[in-house]
Amino acid sequence: MPEQRPRKQIHLAAHFPGVNHHTVWTDPASGSQIDFDSFVHLARTAERGLFDFFFLAEGLRLREHRDRIHDLDVVGRPDTFTVLNALVAVTTHLGLAGTINTTFNEPFELARQFASLDHLSGGRAAWNAVTSSDAFTGENFRRGGYLDHAKRYTRAHEVVDATRALWDNWPADTLVIDRERGVFARPVTPVHFSSEQFEIDGPFVLPRGPQGYPVQIQAGDSDEGREFAAAKADVIFSAHGELADGQRFYRDVKDRLARYGRDRDDLKILPAAGFVLGDTTAEAHERAHHIRRQQVTPQTAIAFLEQVWGRDLSAYDPDGPLPDIDPAEDVNITRGRVRHAKDPRAIADAWRAKAAAEHLSIRELIIATTARQQFVGTPREVAVEIDRYVQSDAADGFVLVPYLTPTGLDEFVDKVVPELQSLGSFRTAYTGPTLRHHLGLRHPHDSSPANDSTGQSRHGTEGVRAS
Amino acid sequence: MPPTSPLLLGLELAGAGAHPASWRRADSRAEDLFTAGYWVDALRAAEDAGIDLAFLPDSFTLQTAGAIGRLDAVAIAARAAAVTGRIGLIPQASVTHTEPFHLSKAIASLDFATKGRAGWEVTVSAGEAALFGRKPEQDGRSRWQEADEAVEVVTRLWDSWEDDAEIRDQATGRFIDRDKLHYIDFTGAHFSVKGPSITPRPPQGQPPIAVRAADPHSVRLAVHRADLIRIAAPDLAKAAATRSELRAALAAAGRDPNRVRVLLDIDIHLAATVDAAAAEVAQLEDWLATPAPATVFHIGTPAELRDILREVENECAADGVVLRPLALPAALRHLPALAPTLRERLGLPRPANRYARA
Ligand SMILES: Cc1cc2nc3c(=O)[nH]c(=O)nc-3n(C[C@H](O)[C@H](O)[C@H](O)COP(=O)(O)O)c2cc1C
Repeated sequence: MPEQRPRKQIHLAAHFPGVNHHTVWTDPASGSQIDFDSFVHLARTAERGLFDFFFLAEGLRLREHRDRIHDLDVVGRPDTFTVLNALVAVTTHLGLAGTINTTFNEPFELARQFASLDHLSGGRAAWNAVTSSDAFTGENFRRGGYLDHAKRYTRAHEVVDATRALWDNWPADTLVIDRERGVFARPVTPVHFSSEQFEIDGPFVLPRGPQGYPVQIQAGDSDEGREFAAAKADVIFSAHGELADGQRFYRDVKDRLARYGRDRDDLKILPAAGFVLGDTTAEAHERAHHIRRQQVTPQTAIAFLEQVWGRDLSAYDPDGPLPDIDPAEDVNITRGRVRHAKDPRAIADAWRAKAAAEHLSIRELIIATTARQQFVGTPREVAVEIDRYVQSDAADGFVLVPYLTPTGLDEFVDKVVPELQSLGSFRTAYTGPTLRHHLGLRHPHDSSPANDSTGQSRHGTEGVRAS
Repeated sequence: MPPTSPLLLGLELAGAGAHPASWRRADSRAEDLFTAGYWVDALRAAEDAGIDLAFLPDSFTLQTAGAIGRLDAVAIAARAAAVTGRIGLIPQASVTHTEPFHLSKAIASLDFATKGRAGWEVTVSAGEAALFGRKPEQDGRSRWQEADEAVEVVTRLWDSWEDDAEIRDQATGRFIDRDKLHYIDFTGAHFSVKGPSITPRPPQGQPPIAVRAADPHSVRLAVHRADLIRIAAPDLAKAAATRSELRAALAAAGRDPNRVRVLLDIDIHLAATVDAAAAEVAQLEDWLATPAPATVFHIGTPAELRDILREVENECAADGVVLRPLALPAALRHLPALAPTLRERLGLPRPANRYARA
């Protein structure tokens, strides 16, 4: 445990589950995935819990499994910008983060959409830039899916640089609004942005937003992804939730910051995590087990297995043993966001060994192997555990992924947040208006951290304020 | 053919107003143009005044005069979704550089957020190619031909989920019935899109599409695809003639003309008296002279504007109007006096009092 250092403050975000297999839609309390009221409920709950931000993932093509639309997933998601702008009306402080890929969007348009969100929300916008560009997704766009992995990160860097050039196009004194003299604004000098993939010429159409740049989030895991984050991101949304793994990732990424002249506090690391609560430890674990069985239905178990085996396994009994046949050569049986097994033979062997040693059926094995970071226990236990992860530098906080839409965060906010507060690790009120402020991040045009004691007034002079 | 339902009232919210000097008025709220407060207040005032449709113009280009700068129109509409309850929200969105896949889900999501009050005014972008650096500047024919494809893609994507595609069938573990989801497999000259949408079919099924019919290319698109056709005309007689032509073209295109509304643009400046309105417009023109309006205009009192609206209805000049205030906040103050009563909306005259002496 760290010694002699002030208690780190935990950052929390609320993930509205998009396309996934962990939402328990069979639960009678499960509501709509698409009605706006569902988004309102989760966002308001997150704000009641003083969370930093609300988070939407992205997927631009419905997944396919065995050449047909995958029908076991929860699917159906709205447009990110539309939902986030609409949520501004029903929240006052909550940050609003959208995952928007850099491959199928154009910098000028992105810059205007995020600047609009930042203005309309009074400084609460965040952008999770992902690259996600397989040819499969590209079939929905005119640019197509021609970019290979390396080119995608080149493009991602260039898109972020271009948007920043556009956001900086109106210096702070551009707006004059002098009625007497008839001067609304000083002339805006057009941006000329030139890079390997872009040639952009012309003036931007908006003053700088309240946050200068929206908070930049990154969610890739490769070396290029981590380097991109170290150079440009304010937040990493990671999949490294487990303690030791999280600490390794945390150290790796934070060590990269110095290369870009940045401090360790300039980048917050927030892994995804689930949680299950109970009145007693035993009850929580019982609930967690029940939930896992609902998440991994018999059909889902077979579909997971098929992703490794690369062949039709529908004849197998999910409650029976693993297939004795070997995986096929071509394992691309599921298309759309999925991590393909790199060496299916090895995975199959490992799974067989595990199933034999622990006497697991297909479904039980899948339940055991697809588990994600999950905090299970009484509210006090969960709070202590989350705090331990943060204080021991496995994370700066978490993006919580509830298993129920839209009420899945209610219990956490009602019961765990007060415990985190009693530990002294979580705010008891919002202390500033912008998301940068909640996260303790510098304003991009200002060198001191956003939530030092003078931060607020300084920000009051930056750009145009929303009322 | 007379209009089949009450005159639709539209309002175009163009920044501080359609007149480029409007921001100089003391009441312009020019300082608030980039805040949500300005737009939410304006849209709520319009809704309270009984306006049916709010049109939000848009463009990626920076204005050359007056109040420069522009928030994304779909974003403004979304921001106002939860704080309005009846007014239709019709943002403009250009298809020249924006992906139809993105537009389709944006408008569908606006329809979810407004519980069925979204529309889309289709536009194209001239002179904005350098901002994107993706393709060369196109001519008018190419832009509108591309727009035609884009509308086809967007409307197919709205239908790519059948209404009851979400089944949540516990027995089979299926969340959706994949037979009720459809690839659109569109291939055109400008793009190809596979589908289906990632967003389910919106509450209205197909949110209404508006097109401003201004040249042969846009007229063609309007006749084939629009639910609302916006026109400009120097006077009501010309408007009536244009409406008749459009109805004939709609019928020739195999569409029912009674299912498409023709909306006439009316530029307005309202004040308590005619003299005051004239003086205020003279002031605007003194600040910045502008070309004469290219459509019907009214500078005067709200009562007179009501007379004009009645005339529009009686002369079948249009099925509705789009009021374009030269100065927006000023117009909003006078809109309540314009609000038609329920009887008016139903096309019923206000009866004479049976006891009053003739
Ligand atoms: C926690 C996490 C969340 C992600 N969420 C999304 C998402 O919502 N949409 C998407 O297209 N890609 C998502 N990705 C994929 C990444 O953004 C990235 O495109 C992909 O991982 C390839 O980059 P990499 O090789 O650096 O990992 C996510 C990745 C991680 C680790």
